[in-house]
Amino acid sequence: MGDYLSQFLRLFESYDVLGAFWVNIQLTFWAAILALVVGTVLALMRISPIPSLQWAGATYVTLFRNTPLTIIMVFLTLGVWGQLKIQLADDFPSNFFRFAVLGLAVYHAAFVCEAIRSGVNTVPIGQAEAARAIGLSFLPAARIVILPQAFRGSVAPLGNVLIALIKNSTVAAAAGVATETSSLMKTMIEFDSDVIIAIFLTFAIGYVILVIPVGLATTALSRRLAVKR
Amino acid sequence: MRTRTRTGGLVALAATAALALSACGGSDDGGGSTEGSSASAGGEKITIGIKFDQPGLGFKEGDTYTGFDTDVARYVAEKLGYSEDQIEWKEAPSAQRETLLSTDQVDMIFATYSITDKRKETVAFAGPYFVAGQDLLVAEDNTDIKGPEDLEGKNLCSVTGSTSAQRIKDEYAAGVQLLEQPGYAECVTALLSGQVDAVTTDDIILAGLAAQPANKGKVKVVGAPFSTELYGVGIPQSSDKCEDINAAITEMIDDGSWEEAITSATEGTGYTPNASENPPTPDACA
Repeated sequence: MGDYLSQFLRLFESYDVLGAFWVNIQLTFWAAILALVVGTVLALMRISPIPSLQWAGATYVTLFRNTPLTIIMVFLTLGVWGQLKIQLADDFPSNFFRFAVLGLAVYHAAFVCEAIRSGVNTVPIGQAEAARAIGLSFLPAARIVILPQAFRGSVAPLGNVLIALIKNSTVAAAAGVATETSSLMKTMIEFDSDVIIAIFLTFAIGYVILVIPVGLATTALSRRLAVKR
Repeated sequence: MRTRTRTGGLVALAATAALALSACGGSDDGGGSTEGSSASAGGEKITIGIKFDQPGLGFKEGDTYTGFDTDVARYVAEKLGYSEDQIEWKEAPSAQRETLLSTDQVDMIFATYSITDKRKETVAFAGPYFVAGQDLLVAEDNTDIKGPEDLEGKNLCSVTGSTSAQRIKDEYAAGVQLLEQPGYAECVTALLSGQVDAVTTDDIILAGLAAQPANKGKVKVVGAPFSTELYGVGIPQSSDKCEDINAAITEMIDDGSWEEAITSATEGTGYTPNASENPPTPDACA
């Protein structure tokens, strides 16, 4: 046991483990905000009465939900940056950080959209009919009546998307973000292969610490916020 | 009723787990059953770990394996008494090499495996059979990058999990921009598109990339190695083959097949290994 402790100490002394987790938290934070915005717009499109918007929303979801995240990341770095020479920042670290956030966001927006749509399904049809009856058109009805109730009903599925996003943030390595956890783990295995179990436990426990509170919080919130019917 | 379904589920789970476990066990038997076999191996197989994705060193094309590492592996295996069809090739990605050896899933590893003290704590090494050095790969028409010092203000690509790019930033050119990609193929793609100015890693890996048909004539190795990496043969610590492997490597160098293997792996790139270090003399076995 003391042996393990000294191995962990050695890893934490020679590598910036907390810094790497911090990069993943930042990736998750920005991607979550962007994905929530895009996902909400997509959900609005899918429940709107305009067929072309419904079609566009459904196409986006089908396309991005079924594309592996790694492929999106590689496309962004080698395709958009490499071939089309589009830059999001002048220096490499922030450039690839932004591409990674973009990749994570467009991918998870599809899942956010479906989570919100599942929340919309918890709102009884009578609510929409009543909103129409008092003269609200689609957007005001969605904004004032439907979406507030839908969000409260979709806290749990949104929490699932967030948990997936936290773990998927390691795929940012494929977009050239080399300071995040999975890259650090590779570096550790390359140079400290004699303590491989301690390396594995460091990252496994790290993600458990990150993910479990999110799960507990969203479960508690979904109980408290759900509209009692 | 409820408990019954649960038990049923448990039983199913246990059955699946047992199946999965026995499947693993099966492949293990195929891999590590060559213990105690020396010069006369009979009908037994030897499992050799190589890279599958490194052109010029260990590369899988269909069902054939090419490259310098595989050539050395074949030569050594032959001297140990295994013919080519007794060799079972197994992919050994960098991060899995120690695990493959310490769990006896492979008998030897020839996979650009640098000898380091940290690694010696979990595995043993025979060799070295080659001395590589960190170098740069640049576009064919590039004339202003002659060494790591010239990278100031340039863009450099390397793979995640190696410190070769960081070393350049720390020791030679603080103003270099680093891109880290999952593999060397991605780095070469970025180099060909002009978004990075150089790719860095061991010279022979770069030469192998340059020799690929798709890259031939478009990129070149600078040829000024600025570090030394001793490529060894990874073997389990319990292995008794170290002396025999070293004898085979020495023989390969002496009879000229070593030189031949390097030339054929890097044909058309004008690459020659660092002459002051190569060919190496294998170290004494522990």
